[in-house]
Amino acid sequence: MEAVDSLQQKNGRREFLKYLLTGGITGFCAALLYPLISYLKPPEQNEVAVSSVSAGKISDIEKESGKIIRFGNKPVILIRTADDKLLAFDAVCTHLDCTVQYKKEMGVIWCACHNGKYDLTGRNISGPPPKPLQPYRVILKGEEIYISKLT
Amino acid sequence: MKVRLQKIYEWIDQRVQLQDLINFMGKKYVPVHRHSVWYYFGGVTLFLFIIQVFTGILLLFYYKGSADLAFESIQFIMSKVSFGWLIRSIHTWSANLFILSAFIHMFSVYFEKSYRKPREITWITGMLMLLLGLGFGFSGYLLPWNELAFFATKVGSDIIGDIPFIGEELKIFMRGGEDVTGATLSRMFGFHVALFPALFSILLIIHLLLIQRQGMSQPIDFENNSGNEISKMPFFPNFFLRDILFWLLVLNLLAVLAVFFPSELGRKADPFAPAPAGIKPEWYFLFMFQTLKYFPANIWIVEGEMLGIILFVAAGFLWLMVPFWDTKSSRGQKNRLTNYIGLFAVIFIIVLTILGWIS
Repeated sequence: MEAVDSLQQKNGRREFLKYLLTGGITGFCAALLYPLISYLKPPEQNEVAVSSVSAGKISDIEKESGKIIRFGNKPVILIRTADDKLLAFDAVCTHLDCTVQYKKEMGVIWCACHNGKYDLTGRNISGPPPKPLQPYRVILKGEEIYISKLT
Repeated sequence: MKVRLQKIYEWIDQRVQLQDLINFMGKKYVPVHRHSVWYYFGGVTLFLFIIQVFTGILLLFYYKGSADLAFESIQFIMSKVSFGWLIRSIHTWSANLFILSAFIHMFSVYFEKSYRKPREITWITGMLMLLLGLGFGFSGYLLPWNELAFFATKVGSDIIGDIPFIGEELKIFMRGGEDVTGATLSRMFGFHVALFPALFSILLIIHLLLIQRQGMSQPIDFENNSGNEISKMPFFPNFFLRDILFWLLVLNLLAVLAVFFPSELGRKADPFAPAPAGIKPEWYFLFMFQTLKYFPANIWIVEGEMLGIILFVAAGFLWLMVPFWDTKSSRGQKNRLTNYIGLFAVIFIIVLTILGWIS
């Protein structure tokens, strides 16, 4: 009887040690992995809060041409049309992230990567882009062009 | 001289029993049959990998892995460093031939059904090495930090972002942030010269040890007529010398390609310039890229591209698992279905690569 008791006690102790060891190893692995995975995740960079940027003088941009303007850390395309209107759109193609350009011959905004086209209201009209380009507001103060977000 | 060499040999032999190794090598045989030529492609792939390690280390002596300096450092290698253009061109060409040779090796193993029991682990490690090879290609492509590489990496990582559930996280992990920036270059550099080579080496050691342990696979017909004498040749020196000859031919081919078609550098990447025309991935990604083009923007409620990626991942997984579902071959029976699937894969890849190339 005593022998059985001590055996049960021994088994209980073994079980307890097993749990302790498994728990310990799991905790150990978690303590190793957590900092590692956190390290691999790039830290959130504060986006430069830009509400408007100067896009240079109107004399710097020819009629029927476009140029890429740095808006914070995003590219924006500024277009001066044939009838002398100034337009600005987000320059990142909604398909796969390429940067678009103004195509004078076709009078459209064109993405060279996969032949996506947008009209001059930013609407996706041909090719693979699934969504239109977001427009920006363009303000002309004397000679200076300013681009700002539409609020 | 001979006496001295003999002494050195004996000194080592007393400590590590070299004779055992020589006896072991003497017992290794390579089966001779009409498909024997395919046995060489594993060796050639290994040879090209060794060249990649060697030229890669040489390039590291001058390359600088940052967005400000990467392009200029490659310009320096190409124009100022003696034979820098040659080392870089060999590295690029060898990378392409490595992938080609690995694909040939993989398909020959597939059609010979050499993945069947007991060589399942050899197949899996080989397939993982091929995937790593593609990873080497993708990460290495960005390192010169030129226009084409910049936008190709943008497109490539954006496609990865379409993988369900983990895509977005994976994209940010690969890019080191929301966009392709200098942080992406640092990550790709780390993958290309440290992480991938380490993983590849582990897989390669397992792959080679298994081949030594289990010997060369024989065609299924050989095993069936076991009564007859099987023709074979000793690995050392007969097959080994043929191997070396083939390696020499490949080295010559590499030299010719590197001299007559040296690598180009193009223009430095500018995140604030429009994408140039003619963005294409490397040829070995072209068939997937081209297939994705045929998917409409939306199919029912899922994005077409996402569906395409799911199909590719599923097909790749089935291909990886072939030793486990093709149980007929493991029992030594002919399995025509796997042949048809393999044939379809080969034709599909070739046709879509050509379509992607000319479009």
